[in-house]
This record gives sequence, C-alpha cells and structure tokens, in this order.
Amino acid sequence: MAALDVTEVREGVDEATVAAVARLSGKYKYGWNTDIEMDYAPIGVNTDIVRLISAKNEEPQWMTDWRLEAFARWEKLGEPTWAMVNYPTIDYQSQYYYARPKSMAERPKSLDDVDPKLLETYKKLGIPLKEQLLLAGVEVAEDAPERRVAVDAVFDSVSVGTTFQAELKKAGVIFCSISEAIREHPDLVRKYLGSVVPPSDNFFATLNTAVFSDGSFVYVPPGVRCPMELSTYFRINAENTGQFERTLIIADKGSYVSYLEGCTAPKRDTSQLHAAVVEIIAEEDAEVKYSTVQNWYPGDEQGRGGIYNFVTKRADCRGDRSKVMWTQVETGSAITWKYPSCILRGDDSQGEFYSIAIANNFQQADTGTKMVHLGKRTKSRIVSKGISAGHAQNTYRGLVSMHAKAKDSRNYTQCDSLLIGDKCGAHTVPYIEVRNNSSRVEHEATTSKVDDDQLFYCRSRGMDEEEAVALVVNGFCREVLQALPMEFAMEAQQLVAISLEGSVG
Amino acid sequence: MALPKLKADATSARLDALTLPKGAAWAVEARKAALERVTAMGLPSRRDEYWRYTDPSALVSVEAPSAALLTDDEAPVFGTVDRIRIVFVDGVFDADQSDPMIGTGIEIERLSDATAKDIHWARDLFGVLEARAQKPVERSLAALNTAFAADGVVIRAVAKVEKPVNLIYLHKSETSDAMLHNLVRVEAGAEMTLLENGPAAARFSKLLEVDVSDGAAFHHVRIQGRDHQRRAVTHTFARLGQQSRFKSFTLTANGVLTRNECVIELTGDDASAHVAGAAVGDGTDFLHDDTVFITHDAVGCESRQVFKKVLRNGATGVFQGKILVKPGAQKTDGYQISQSLLLDDDCQFLAKPELEIYADDVACSHGSTSGAIDETAMFYLQSRGIPKREATDLLVLAFLAEALEEVEDLRLTEDLRGRLEGWLARRRR
Repeated sequence: MAALDVTEVREGVDEATVAAVARLSGKYKYGWNTDIEMDYAPIGVNTDIVRLISAKNEEPQWMTDWRLEAFARWEKLGEPTWAMVNYPTIDYQSQYYYARPKSMAERPKSLDDVDPKLLETYKKLGIPLKEQLLLAGVEVAEDAPERRVAVDAVFDSVSVGTTFQAELKKAGVIFCSISEAIREHPDLVRKYLGSVVPPSDNFFATLNTAVFSDGSFVYVPPGVRCPMELSTYFRINAENTGQFERTLIIADKGSYVSYLEGCTAPKRDTSQLHAAVVEIIAEEDAEVKYSTVQNWYPGDEQGRGGIYNFVTKRADCRGDRSKVMWTQVETGSAITWKYPSCILRGDDSQGEFYSIAIANNFQQADTGTKMVHLGKRTKSRIVSKGISAGHAQNTYRGLVSMHAKAKDSRNYTQCDSLLIGDKCGAHTVPYIEVRNNSSRVEHEATTSKVDDDQLFYCRSRGMDEEEAVALVVNGFCREVLQALPMEFAMEAQQLVAISLEGSVG
Repeated sequence: MALPKLKADATSARLDALTLPKGAAWAVEARKAALERVTAMGLPSRRDEYWRYTDPSALVSVEAPSAALLTDDEAPVFGTVDRIRIVFVDGVFDADQSDPMIGTGIEIERLSDATAKDIHWARDLFGVLEARAQKPVERSLAALNTAFAADGVVIRAVAKVEKPVNLIYLHKSETSDAMLHNLVRVEAGAEMTLLENGPAAARFSKLLEVDVSDGAAFHHVRIQGRDHQRRAVTHTFARLGQQSRFKSFTLTANGVLTRNECVIELTGDDASAHVAGAAVGDGTDFLHDDTVFITHDAVGCESRQVFKKVLRNGATGVFQGKILVKPGAQKTDGYQISQSLLLDDDCQFLAKPELEIYADDVACSHGSTSGAIDETAMFYLQSRGIPKREATDLLVLAFLAEALEEVEDLRLTEDLRGRLEGWLARRRR
C-alpha cells in the first residue's frame, strides 16, 4: 500500500475509512497461480477460433452461426472511447481465447472426478465445491437455519463443476454451465440468449457473443422460490488468456432467485482481458437479486498488470411487478467498464442499483447503471458510492430515462464520491432524460443534500447538523452493504468501516 | 482524423456561403486561424455527443430558416434603467437608434472599427478565449462566429461604471441571418454591467468574450426576445482573475431553438462565477438548451449554476452542465442545480449534469430534478380560495425565483419578473 502510505490525508476524512480502503485494496490476497497443464486454442481470434470454441462445447449449428455472425460484425466495430479510462491499445490477436485444464478434456461425470488441483484452487479461494461444506469465514449461529449455496466454478474458459444440481432439480431449478444448457436445454437458451443483450449491443458484448467459452445458466420455473443462493465463481489462471463468460438467468413468473458472483485472478505484470455478458430476464412478479464482489487483480502499485474488465450486464424486467436488484462492490481490476442496467418494461416493475467502487493506486473505474423506464408506475433507485485513493480515477456514469408512456414513474439517484489524497479523481456523468410529467426524477450528489425529514428527526433529538448528516449518510452506505447477501459478510464487515464523511460530491 | 463525409460536406457548404471580413493584419490572422479550427472540427451534427439532445442542423444549414416577426406590445426592456443603448437591427449597427458610445470610466467602440486598427488591445482577446475553450469539448459554431462575425462591440471598463451598456438586438427581416462578436475587458478593480435584449434575427449567432481582471466585477443580464420562430446560438467565454466576480443571468421566452453555451475559467484565486437562467417555453416547437462548462484552476474559488425551466405543451428543455476541478484547485466550492417544471405530460427535460474532480479538498454538489407541479402545494393554494390557474402561475414564479435571485440589481429583477408574469398572463386560459 505504498501509494496510501505517502498520501497525506486531509482533515475531515475518517481515519478508519482510510485504513479500510488500504486493507481492501492493499495486498492482493488471491494473486497466486495454480500450476496446471492447460490446453490452449491457437493464439488470436478469427473464424477458425470461433468455430473451435463452438466445437469444443459441442454446440448445435445455430449457435455456431450465431457466433460467426457476431464475429463478422465485431470485425467492423471500433472500440468505444467515451469512458474516462486510459489504457494502452489492446492487441486482440496476441492473446488466447480458449484455455482449458488438460484434465477437463473429458468432461468429469461428477465433482469427484475433477482434478484435485482444481478443487484445491477453489478451496484456497474459500469456495466450497463439496456440498456439505459451509462458506469459509461465515459463522452461523447454532439455531440459524442451514444456509447453503450452490456454486458453478468457472476456471479460465470452462466450468469445472456445479454443486447441488440434483437438489435444485427437485425444485425444478436448472443451474448449470451455459455450455451444458446449450446442449441440454437448447429451446430455453435459444428463446432467451441474446434477447436482452443482442449481439449488436456494443464492441465488447459482440466480441463476447463470438468467443464466449462458458458461464452459468439459471432457470427458475413459475412460482418457485429458489431453495438456495446460486453463485458462480470466476477464476482467471492462465497467462495471456482472456476470459469471456456468458451468464443467462431466467426467472419465470412469480419466481425468486438470489445470485452471487465472485472473481479473482493471479498477479501478473501483463494485463488480461475479461469481457463478460450477463443477461437477466424477470417475468411477471419475478424477483432477481444479483450481487457481485468484483476482485480481479487490480495491478501493482505502479499500475503494472491487472485485469481489463469490460462487462455488459443487463436485466429485462419484462413482466408486470417484476423486480431486479443489482448490488456490486468493485474493488479489483485495473480498468472497470461496467454498467449493470434494468429495462423496466413491465408495469409496476422495479430496478435497484447499489454500488460501492473503490479504486486505489492506478486503478480506473468507469461504472454506473442505466434505468430505462418503459412501463407505467415503474420505480428505480440508484445509490452509488465511489472512493478513490492513490492515482486512481473513479467515474459514476449513469442513465435514467423516463419514456413518454412510463406514467407515474419514479427515480431517485444518489451518488457520493470521496477522494483520499490529491492525485486521484472522482467524476460523475449522469444522463437524465424525462419524457412525461407525471414521473419524478431526482438526482443528487452531495452529503449535504440528505433527506430533510431524516435530518429534522436527528436535529430534533439534539444532534448538531454535522452529526445528523454523517449519521444519515453512513446509514446510506450501510444500506448498500445490507443489500449484500450473507456470503459476502467478510467483505461487508470491512466495508462498514468506510464512511463518506468529507465527500466532495 | 478525417471528418465523416456528411460532416465535411455540411461544413464546406456552409463555409462556401460566407466571406471573411476585412481588417488589420492581426484580425485577419485571428479570423483565418478560427476558420482553420472550424475546418478541422467540422460543424456540429446530431451525432456529436455534445449535441445529443439538441439538433443543430438549423444552426448549420446554408440558408437561415425564416422567422415571422412578432409585434412586441410590451414596454421596452430595461426601460426603467438609465443606460447606454447600442442598437443592431438584424445584426447591422443602427447609429440613429443608438446612444453616443461615451461613458465615464468606459471605452466603447464597434468591433469593425477595432479590428481595422493596426494596434488595439482587442488583439489579446479576440478569438483567444474561444480558442482556449475548444478543449476538451469542441465548439465549432463559436469558431465560425470568430471567423465571420464582422461586427459587434468592444468594451473596456477602467473604473466602477455606473451606467450599464445595453446591446439591443432588433429583428426586422423574416429571413435575416446575423452574427455578432462582442469583447469586454474589465480592468483590475473596475466594474460594469452589460445588458442584452432582443431576438436579433431569424437566426442569430452571438459570441461574447469577457476578460475579468483581478478584483474586477462583471454583471450580465439578458433577455432573449419573444419572437416565436427565432433561432439562436450564443457563446459566453469568460476568464476570471484573482478575487474577481462574474455574474450572468439569462431569461429566455419563446423561440424555436436556443442554445446558450457558457464557458468560464477561474484562473485567479478566490474568484467567483455565477451563471443562472430561467427559460419558459410553450409548444412542441420550443427547445431551450443551456450548456455550461466551468473550470476551476485556482484555489478558493466559488462557482454557482442555477438553471430553471418551465415547459408546457410539449416543449423541450436541455441542460448540460459541468464543473471541472483541476488538480491543485483546492478549497473549490462548486454548486449546480438544474430543474424543470413540466406543466404538461408531453414535455421533455434532458439533462447531463457532470462533475470532474481532481482535487480532494473541495465541496462540489449538483442536483437535478424534474416533475410536475407539486400537488400538495397546489391543494394548499386552492384550499385558500386561489383559482387553479392563478395558483399554477404563483407556483411557476416561485419555482423560478431561485434563478431570478441571481440578479443583483432589484430594478432589473422587477423588470424580469414583470415579463414572466406577462408571459404567464397571456397563457391563462
């Protein structure tokens, strides 16, 4: 944490916050690498590689065609430059697009057949691939109901295994790798894949469509409350290899699912590319909670190495009264380019976005959300906290769009930024588009603009204004953390120490 | 990078229809440099990020779209204030209607005269602030103005000037296409007020470069004419020295298209810049765009942006505001508020309120809201026996009050409020 040690912290910034930021973004704990024999596809990307990935996954022809079409489109696209991130030009031909542990050449029948080295990797990361194990670091009171999490573990380009599949099947929930879903549930996949993030969406999503190698698939049938949390753990291990995963979550009418995502990568001096696509479909009355703790390798104190994280995440609240909630804690990656979004198509549908982004050293994060209100009486709420230290740049970029037909809709946005040291930057780029007058949109970005009623309440109980503001703001921060599922309790505990006192807006 | 073909074609078509004005060598050089900037950037199109909410095609087209004349039945704007009036009719100076350009503590002359002189202080200002403001965002219409605007006024204030200078822009021809370029230098410790009013032309491009020296103050109040079909793009570029003050307020009513860009650079410590605007628009034809860019490049400066819009019958309001705090610009106090009151369901408010901060000991806040009239407030007024239409007008005026408060001279505030009331009264159904 050299960068923070030499930073003089100005008055008004909470010391515990500085310490917590240092702890969270300091020494990268997951920087080791697993020594394992890998099979690589030839370096670079072209139609042969696209065909090869499709063949490795034993995909039907329509899928191969879909990929090839996307690839042809990608070749004509230019990389987007509008985000406030700077990085050397990426040479898309100098990296591998497919890397699979040799032992995975023949698909293991069960987790027992999986190479012990791989299992060891996940154990070391604290991810239980044995169904009877609880998550490391989570203490459960004796009388608490048993908490279990089904895990799909993705190692470089392939899914290593998925736990609790049998039990989930009993409930009717399908949880497997996307490659398996394409083989086993082609109708579902064909119906929904690319329906939220079309192949033409953006440069990185188009590339992902062409070369994604694996990822997770979830289908929750009508009226089913998924009996456990589902999670995917992404690990990049191989050098010079990009990870392109695809996640598709379908919550049918009246269903509920909570999904967690974690990610880490070894320490390397060269940067690695990660371009994922996540699509969520929420039908009538369905609810999806999607939580991420993004902890890709952020690069070292001099800004060498780190993951370039270009992710397209979007939820389509298709049905009336559907609800999607994104919660993200972004501490990793050298470059983050990520805007988890909600299309609020169904009447009375709801979208929520809670984010804490912490950038240190030479990290650059350009992240935020899009809330597109199409249905009547739709609601969205955005709470974003950005913290920059060292030489880092942190940008909130968001869109709130109220279409003409989205009558009586509501949005509330609050973004706060905190700078620790005078070499870093914090930026806010909100787009607000309102096309009817029965909807209310509010955007605020300052600690002094907290809710008047709450302030009045605190003041009437004898607090001075500063105390009252601090209390309300910290309450807000906790709100983001409380949205995190129990499985992220460790991270949340550390984050609680962060206060937004001294925010600059 | 070469320009896209459509943009290059539109730009050369527009440029071909214009001729560079004559003048002294330095002025010709400045205009040529501006022309080169235009050619390199190309004129704006809807595809540009900075024009995503406002279609600039009517500002770029070779011919100005025509605009019917409005018979103005209101008392002359700023009529209650003793002022030096300088009149332009469709962009052409009118000596008969203008007062002599003489005042205490102030030097006034026409741009065409200043740019004809071989030696003139205007050389250090003409096109200079405009050129500086081309980064990080391109403003090619401003460069076009520097290159081709043949006239305007050049003002130098050397003391605390009592009498405001009033630039009056009359519109007499339905097809007029006017460009004016004004320069103001407020010398150290001096103060002055600039008033501007009138629709000016069917299409009007107006640029103002203001250099506010250390300890100086510049007040600016303008009313953009009521003509319904007029189109205007205006640019205000200001550079602020140490402990200087800049205050600008604009009232806009009607007009098909108004884009007011304001670019302010706080370069001296403890300077203060306030920019405010109130816009009222009626009908689907109305589009009003406030685009503001404030750069803090000194310690202890304050900036404040207050923009309010009242929209009815499908009118559109746009706000793009940015506060940029450069590294080292500590103790900055930046405030930005953009609000719209949408009186009907088909109105639109499109906003992009941005912050870009590279210093840690600053307080910057921005807020943006949009919505209909508050039903509780309406209920309150009606329950006290105030008819709905009057209650609406009261709430509209209350909504605009925060922006109007930015005008320091109470006589001017009264004048502005009167005009807003008139606008509302004409629409009382």
